[in-house]
Order: sequence, then structure tokens, then C-alpha cells
Amino acid sequence: MTSRPQLIFLACLFLALLAVPFLGSRYLTELAVQVMIFSLLALSLNILVGHIGLVSFGHAAFFAIGGYATAFFLTRWQLPLAAAMPMAVLLAAAFALVIGVLCVRLKAIYFAMLTLAFSMLVWGIIIKWKPVTGGDDGFVGITLPGMLASPQSFYWFVLAVVGASTALMWLLSKSTMGQIFVAIRENETRASFLGVNVRQMQLIGFVLAALFAAIAGSLMAMYLRGMYPQSAFWTQSGHIVISVLLGGVHSFVGPILGASLLYLLEVTIHQYTQYWPLVMGLILLLVVLVLPEGLIELFRKLYARLGRK
Amino acid sequence: MTMCSASTWEGNEMSLLQVEAINVCYGLSKVLHDVSLKIETGELVALVGRNGVGKSTTMRAIMGITPPASGKILWKGQPITRRPSHLNARAGLGYVPEERRIFGSLTVWENLDVARLPPREGLEPWTEDRVFALFPDLERFRNRPGGLLSGGQQQMLTIARTLMGNPELILLDEPSEGVAPLIVAQIGEKIRELRDAGVSIIMAEQNLDFVLNLSDRCYVLEKGVVVYHGTAAELRDNKDVQNRYLHI
Repeated sequence: MTSRPQLIFLACLFLALLAVPFLGSRYLTELAVQVMIFSLLALSLNILVGHIGLVSFGHAAFFAIGGYATAFFLTRWQLPLAAAMPMAVLLAAAFALVIGVLCVRLKAIYFAMLTLAFSMLVWGIIIKWKPVTGGDDGFVGITLPGMLASPQSFYWFVLAVVGASTALMWLLSKSTMGQIFVAIRENETRASFLGVNVRQMQLIGFVLAALFAAIAGSLMAMYLRGMYPQSAFWTQSGHIVISVLLGGVHSFVGPILGASLLYLLEVTIHQYTQYWPLVMGLILLLVVLVLPEGLIELFRKLYARLGRK
Repeated sequence: MTMCSASTWEGNEMSLLQVEAINVCYGLSKVLHDVSLKIETGELVALVGRNGVGKSTTMRAIMGITPPASGKILWKGQPITRRPSHLNARAGLGYVPEERRIFGSLTVWENLDVARLPPREGLEPWTEDRVFALFPDLERFRNRPGGLLSGGQQQMLTIARTLMGNPELILLDEPSEGVAPLIVAQIGEKIRELRDAGVSIIMAEQNLDFVLNLSDRCYVLEKGVVVYHGTAAELRDNKDVQNRYLHI
């Protein structure tokens, strides 16, 4: 999809989010916080899936590392937020560098399986390393800096961080590096004989994706005032993959649509039935059959029709 | 008819690129048998032969995409056999694949941007402006996705994209394949301009007239073997070789 309609969409979305706290609903504000965090997480995975063409089934590992590390640095080491959050993100990026070196040599399904294996390893460590992570019970009771204590101020903080991250990812996707990522997705050999070190670029993409996932994890830990082992479990990774597919991989904004819709449906449907996974399965089936390009396809058609008038 | 043999090149003079008795296999089937060739700076050398005789494979072997099982490839006297293709590209080898393999979802400009490599000493650097001056058609469509270009334009784009890497030697695979005759003439004109600009070129072709008009020397391939080697003028006069290996 071309840039202009997507930029318009992002601008409208940002303006709408600016208005949310003034609606006066605490519930809506909190919902928006979670939707923003999951959107950021889906956008980060799309660097890999949509741009470079690598499907990771272990992306939640970096979400969890970012969250746990933030929790640990803030609470145990009593570091200020301005130090704790960047350190947590860098730690996740360092993990991604090591895991990525081993994963990017593999293709398609083998890459997916190895990322899944590493994420389950991270999950295993979280479960077993009780003194640091709290094990099964999770890391409970994060001390947040006073200025983020109120739901209002926390909302502005999340909007600022997610907004800035989204802007950075947008610029990345429009940069030469972003074009090289797409070239690799289209054809590795072709990119390679033009002088692109494919493995190295895939590794850079892997680390960047992990970095933004860790930012999302860090925000989630602060929002929940804790971090839980499920955040690294394979179902969480699957959830991110589904968000991206639901929204549509070959556009920038698709994953935002997918993550938002999936989360809002989950929250709504949980109020009526415990069989949410069944509904999710049906949605997924419908998307694959009717909108294989994802929800973004609906918008694309709408935009094309508006353009024709 | 001159048979190719390594002995003709003995001595210490260093060619731009030297291929010495390479053998290439796809799985169990061997497709190149002791292929040897060389090119000097500023030359335009053609590999000719019918479909499937190993012209493309020779180029892919030189570029490092399909590495040879045995034999040697020397770039300015240094061995580059089995070196990864991105390093070959950075060292100054440019590869223009057959069938116009552009990046369909990237725009013309983005296709060029992706292939940009640092300028090379002693060569006038290629910029978008210089590339667009050579291919004015591309400038008109700079923001159009590559996949929406016509066949001839895509062929121009694959050449233009390779130029952005500032190559000293271009491996040009079947530039006239599948484009309209008028465009073939245009492409021939561009290739001549490139050679006049000092770029060395190895070109694989089936179109004999095209080859004889453009090249300095020719290698004729048949079933993975170099069966003839001579200047374009010699090949033009050698009806025997033409009939045996080139006419359908």
C-alpha cells in the first residue's frame, strides 16, 4: 500500500488517541493503553514477517525479557526509569543478537522452529529462576516512579513511547535499509549479488524487532505492575503472529489493525463466553478465506473506491 | 578452429578476470566441463551458444551464486573461487541476471537505491542522475513499482541497478531475451555506451547478430564445453562453427 493513505491513517489514529483521556472513562483509557502496547508488539514482529520475510514464532521472548528486566531494574536495583527502561531494552537486544546469529542461518520453517525453541528456553528460565523472576507467581509489585503513578500520566507516557517507536519504525521502513529488507524478502540471491550481506541484514532486522518488542514488554510490565511467565509462552508468540496476519503483512499499518481488533474482540467476547479460542479460530478462518491479505485489504478497497469518486 | 586451453595464457600477465577449468554441478549432473576464459580491462567478451549450454551457469559460477566444484576463478590475479556473491559485488563484479529479475514491489528509484555501493577508484561514479541520463525512460517512472514496468524497461532497470554498484566488470546475461526487436537495438546501443565509458563486459547471448555487432571476442559453448574461441570477426567468417553450434 502506498505511503499517503497510511500516513493519514496514522495521523488520525494519533489524534483519536490524544482525545481518549478527555472522554473521562477510566476503562477506555486502560483499554487504549493495552491496545497501544499490543499494536507496538505486532508492529515490531512485522519488521521480520512483513519486511524481511522471516516468520518468528518466538517473538514473545523479547517482550518478556524487556518486561522482566524493567521490573527487576526498577524494583530490585531501584534504578530510575530513565536508566531501567533503556537497560532492559538493550539487554533484550543483546539476547536477540546471540539468538539471532544462530537463527538467521536457517530458512523458513527451521527459522520458525528455532525461534520457538529459544523462546521456550527463555520461558523455562523465567519459571525456574525464582529469586530473580518470581517463577510461577510472576514478578509482582513493581515500584513505578511517582510521576507515572496516575492512570492519566501513565497513558501519556505510553502514547509518547508508542508514538515515537511507531515513527521510528515508519522511518526505518522508508529508509534504504527498509528497502533492502524488502529486497531480501523478495529474493535473497538477487539481493546478495547486488552486494547485500543477507545474513547480516537479517540479523540487524532481528535485533531491531526484538528491541521494539522489549519496549512493548517494558510498558506492559509497568502497566500491570508486574510481569508473568505467560508473556514468554509460545501462545503469546502465536498471538502476535496472528495479530500480524489478521491485519496484513504487506503494509505498515496492518499489524496495528490486527492487534487492535484481536485484543478488543478478546476482551468483548470474554464477557460472554469462555470459548474465546473457538471464536478466534473462526475469525482466523474467515480472514484466510475471505481476506488473505488481511484487514488492510478492506481499507485498501475503501480507499480505492473513495479515490475513484 | 581454436581449441581453448590453459596453455595459451601462461606467463605472468594479469587479466581482469580469469576462469581456469571450472566444473559446475547441479546435484549429480555436471553442467560445465573445464570451462576456461578470460577478459582484459575494457573488453566486451561474449559467451554464445544455444539454450542450456551453460552460459548462465558460467556467469553464476563467476559471481559465486553457483560455486564451481573445481577449477579456479581469479579477479585481478586474486582467487575468488567460491567467494560469497555479496563480496564479489563489493569487489567490483556486477551481475545482470536473465529474465529481468527486478524487485517487483520496490519502485524504480528504490530498486536503484538498494543496489548502491561506494564509488570505485579510477571510475566515474554512477549516481541516479548518471543512470537516468543513460536510461531516460526510467526517470519518467522513478516512483512506479518495478513490477508494473514493461519488459524492455525492466531489462533497462536490471542493468541500471547493477550500475549503481559501480562495477568494473559486468556479467550481462541474455540482455536481448524476450524483448521487442526495437528495444533490442536500444539495449545494444546502451551496451556500446557502457563499453565506451570503460566498463568491461561479459555477455551471454543466443542472438548471434547482436553479439557480432557488439563484442570484441567470443567464446562458443556447447554442452558445457568451450568449443571455439576467437575474435568477433573470426567468428563472423567461420560458417562451419556457426552452423554446427549456433544455428537452430
